[in-house]
Amino acid sequence: MEWKIEIRNKRGIFDPSGNGIKKDILDLAIKGVKRVDVSQVFIVSGDVSESDARRIAAELLTDSITQEYEFGARRAESGAGRRIVEIAYNPGVMDPVEESARKAVKDMGIYGVRAIKTEKKYVIEGRITEPEFKIICEKLLYNKVIQHVVRTQRHKDAKTQGVGYKFKLITVDILGANDKKLINISRRGQLFLNLREMREIQKYFKRLGRNPTDCELETIAQTWSEHCAHKTFRGVISYKEGDKKPIIIDNLLKSTIAKVTRELKRPWCVSVFKDNAGIVRFDKEDNICFKVETHNHPSALEPYGGAGTGIGGVIRDILGVGLAARPIMNTDIFCFGRPDTPQNKVPKGMLHPKRIMKGVVSGVRDYGNRMGIPTANGAVLFDDKYIGNPLVYCGTIGIMPKDKSFKAAKRGDLIVAVGGRTGRDGIHGATFSSGELTHKSEEISGGAVQIGNPIMEKKVTDTLLKARDRDLYNAITDCGAGGFSSAIGEMGQDLGAEVDLEKAPLKYRGLSYTEIWISEAQERMVLAVPREKLKELLDIFKKEDVEATVVGCFTSNKRLRLRYEGNIVCDLDMGFLHDGIPRFERGAAWSRPVYKERAETPSGDLTPYLLKVLGSWNVASKEWVIRQYDHEVQGQSVLKPLVGVRNDGPGDAAVIRPKFNSKKGIVISNGINPRYGFIDPYWMAASCIDEALRQVTAVGGSLKNTAILDNFCWGNTDKPDRLGSLVRASFGCYDIAKGYGVPFISGKDSLNNEYSVHGESISIPGTLLISAMCVMEDVEKAVSMDFKESGDLIYVVGETKDEMGGSHYNLIRDIIGNSVPRVDVKTGKKIFNRVHEVISAGLARACHDLSEGGIGVALAEMAFSGGLGAEADLRKAPREDAARTDSAILFSESNTRFIIEVRKRDKKKFEGAMKGVPIGLIGEVRDKKDLRIRGLSGEDAVNVSIDKLKEAWQRPLKW
Amino acid sequence: MNKPRILILRTAGTNCDRETAFAFELAGGEPDLVHINELARGEKSLRDYQIFAIPGGFTYGDDIASGKILANEVRYKLGEETKNFINAGKLVIGICNGFQALVKAGFLPAISGNDIEATLSFNNSGSFIAKWVELGKSGDRCVWTKGVKGRMYLPIAHGEGKFIPRDKDVLRALRKNGQVVFRYEDNPNGSVDDIAGICDTTGRILGMMPHPERHVLGTQHPQWTRKGLKRYGDGFDIFKNGIQYVKEFL
Repeated sequence: MEWKIEIRNKRGIFDPSGNGIKKDILDLAIKGVKRVDVSQVFIVSGDVSESDARRIAAELLTDSITQEYEFGARRAESGAGRRIVEIAYNPGVMDPVEESARKAVKDMGIYGVRAIKTEKKYVIEGRITEPEFKIICEKLLYNKVIQHVVRTQRHKDAKTQGVGYKFKLITVDILGANDKKLINISRRGQLFLNLREMREIQKYFKRLGRNPTDCELETIAQTWSEHCAHKTFRGVISYKEGDKKPIIIDNLLKSTIAKVTRELKRPWCVSVFKDNAGIVRFDKEDNICFKVETHNHPSALEPYGGAGTGIGGVIRDILGVGLAARPIMNTDIFCFGRPDTPQNKVPKGMLHPKRIMKGVVSGVRDYGNRMGIPTANGAVLFDDKYIGNPLVYCGTIGIMPKDKSFKAAKRGDLIVAVGGRTGRDGIHGATFSSGELTHKSEEISGGAVQIGNPIMEKKVTDTLLKARDRDLYNAITDCGAGGFSSAIGEMGQDLGAEVDLEKAPLKYRGLSYTEIWISEAQERMVLAVPREKLKELLDIFKKEDVEATVVGCFTSNKRLRLRYEGNIVCDLDMGFLHDGIPRFERGAAWSRPVYKERAETPSGDLTPYLLKVLGSWNVASKEWVIRQYDHEVQGQSVLKPLVGVRNDGPGDAAVIRPKFNSKKGIVISNGINPRYGFIDPYWMAASCIDEALRQVTAVGGSLKNTAILDNFCWGNTDKPDRLGSLVRASFGCYDIAKGYGVPFISGKDSLNNEYSVHGESISIPGTLLISAMCVMEDVEKAVSMDFKESGDLIYVVGETKDEMGGSHYNLIRDIIGNSVPRVDVKTGKKIFNRVHEVISAGLARACHDLSEGGIGVALAEMAFSGGLGAEADLRKAPREDAARTDSAILFSESNTRFIIEVRKRDKKKFEGAMKGVPIGLIGEVRDKKDLRIRGLSGEDAVNVSIDKLKEAWQRPLKW
Repeated sequence: MNKPRILILRTAGTNCDRETAFAFELAGGEPDLVHINELARGEKSLRDYQIFAIPGGFTYGDDIASGKILANEVRYKLGEETKNFINAGKLVIGICNGFQALVKAGFLPAISGNDIEATLSFNNSGSFIAKWVELGKSGDRCVWTKGVKGRMYLPIAHGEGKFIPRDKDVLRALRKNGQVVFRYEDNPNGSVDDIAGICDTTGRILGMMPHPERHVLGTQHPQWTRKGLKRYGDGFDIFKNGIQYVKEFL
């Protein structure tokens, strides 16, 4: 039997979700909608009597206080002034509610239920046209990548549930293929392998004297994908800069990023560039680890699911590091097109940036919050160039006992799959992310997009850590891109592995052996378990309703052998699989562009400029985002993302205290500024590192305990200019990180972030994210950025230079400029160390790093966050001679600068401690709630109330 | 005397269990994290504890409605056991998701038996919200807030925290019986009568949306860098009271 139950709000009960949609409809410039009602539809099927179904409806599905239900409702038709649409998930898309609801029904003692499907029903009242209704549906109510409009009386899941799978071995004829055919095979199979790679594969199978199976080809494609093999960073590059002679770089990663770490030899670096995440020492008992991932392409197509599975994936990275770490904090950084982009400027096939942003934020919110991991730090950036290809960086920090930091599968260990079941979701994610997006991506690669189930991952986390603490397995890996193929292939790289694919638990029937092998279904981990510990291990999972299944074992023959119902479907040499990828030289070139400048604005009232910079998308308050994240769960936060007298000022970095009984803490920050890269990627990289370190230092961290992560999101590096700027940025990473003495411990690259429209390819700006993690000795020494008390002194630390290139002052004047901020590591290091000392000594009451918008923005933020005014004089700021206008001093974005608030009575001590670095006493904190800044002439350059400043800063994202 | 024993209930999606355990430990209790399956299978029993705590989280994803599936499970699997526990004069606390579960299982406000007399529904904003709120304490019925003076400053983090009583009679009874324990000073979610936390008629079962376990240490206060560092946070008193009550009366 099948029962349809529709749940809706009782009359008079306020419906926030209907109201939210009504607001979003107005955003689409569609007026005339009076009311939107949302109801939830459940379709319960199986051997269930009507009375039981009614009990389920009344007791379980309906909230008797606010809702009512209709039993067996007919599908209502749209009529005049009233349009109705029902949305359901596409077959094969994970619907987490189904699983929970079935469990609840069983708890009630009702056992015959076979399936519970959910649908959403929207009733829109008002005067709208049919085309308008269509726009509302497509732009707001559903995404065809994962959902569809229910048109017939009942949706059918035949595609995934009805038909079983009958084994048939598929081979691909490559032995006789010419080059053209090889390329065709790669393209048609969505393998994203180039001709040289296809030829190498052909050679291998010629030696074997047979054609590959589809499964073998998929395995190779996935292992060799840019996503997994990092061909660009590890390849050979011929790099030419300007008119200079080309140089050959053999392995960019080893010769820049990893070289810093190798040369610095920090004893507290426990595991770097090897495992899922970088591991450093925390204290005598524990280590901590940090990883930042990207999930760009899926987020472009299905923002909610893409971002959610992005965060789910990086959390699994942390679960899979060493022998598993406990995730303790998330950090998320997004880059979008501008939210006010006119609809007609959005490329075909793409979602509007505002919709992408809302989807991404709610995806991260729902996954992170459900996992109970605080999202306590992050950034959101906007630029038109991200319109076709948004960036979603997700980072997670974990903590683990010292002796759980390393893993090694052993011969004979059983391969145990834990967590979610395998389905047809997420096929071809690794290869998909290694190609460019086009307006057809959603049709071709829709299968790469999934909806996550955070509660499954939470259950896996809870049980896994128990198993870890009882030493029940030798190795662990997450199933990420490439699914089992990647996880088992990696774990068995030095051993060999045998897998019986039909043993993997499936979400539904009908999957072929290859689909099982490469599915990227979420929330799965793979363990290497000694046989004698299997029973105890399985028991732990079973007790908390987590599925764990033996699917194979590790061998010692260095072969990857897969069977399906006894038939061999893959038999590859691990050596070829992991080291057979051909290396080839790529060309790279970079030369400095020249941008037009604009005559400097005359001195005078700069208040309007300050207000405009504060209200620019990147600088503006991100409170709308932050408040949706639970940044307090786990109870460890010491410095929160929002600080100040009204808890709404922009904190510089997050400080957490992962162990309640210890004062030791972790500082997390991020540096990112793609605008500098328009001018010079080298100085962009330098500035990103400097920014991340400034933020760490500003809250009380120190360079000597800080490690950093790199995360490159770039365009298609097959093109020499894209690769050239990547090389130049890597050089900047080496020089500055080495100069500051901070090692890289982990990194990631996501290339091919391009979007093609009508054959023309639009690249994102080369975007480097530097994430910093610092172990802080005593969290009680932490300092926030808000002004604390009237009468305190205000110092600027660090020299202001005429460096307006890529600045936000230039942005609001629609130019880029040329004088990009540089970094002087010698002076910079001294400044960082001194600032750390004065903070440790308790001499700084507030400290804020200077970044976008320079002194002007920092002073404004410190003032309104503290609810206090300030008076300052630009003539007192340390500066180089070239910085000779008010606007340059106020808005230049020179690196390694801070503003510090000091008690009057500590003046001498502070100035003594800062001897040898450039500081200037520029003013005082005032009770009067105005910010007054004198310019070089002695006249006011800025004079405005802090309320006005704050309003300008908060307005743009007050959604 | 032995330390008071606290059963902290865990299940799929519980996520405030560790900090809740720490808060009870700090207050002198002996917390035990127990999975609901262990209780259902009889491996552990509520009888061995003096305090039953349901911590925050997103049990079962808050699918269907927040706390609903856990409430359903507690009713069907632990209903009798919980009633016996309560009738034995012991203490119960539900925080955030735990509060939602207690209300939806009928253990709060429990004015007349275990009928469903209230609910916690979607915030007016339609969105999850994490922020710190000032709470005013009202009435002295609740043993968990005995001696608490003035306001309490705690964080909220929920999408479904709007308290709605079934009808005017329920609201009237809540007020008359002194069952309203906390009110928001600045209502963040649209709760009726600004209600942030309630207790049952005995005062021994407390449910609240704000998170006291997230403010037991001084460094957890969002403005400790402005106002100076205190040893304990405002939420600590609640746990101390619970432990004190057990020591005195149980």
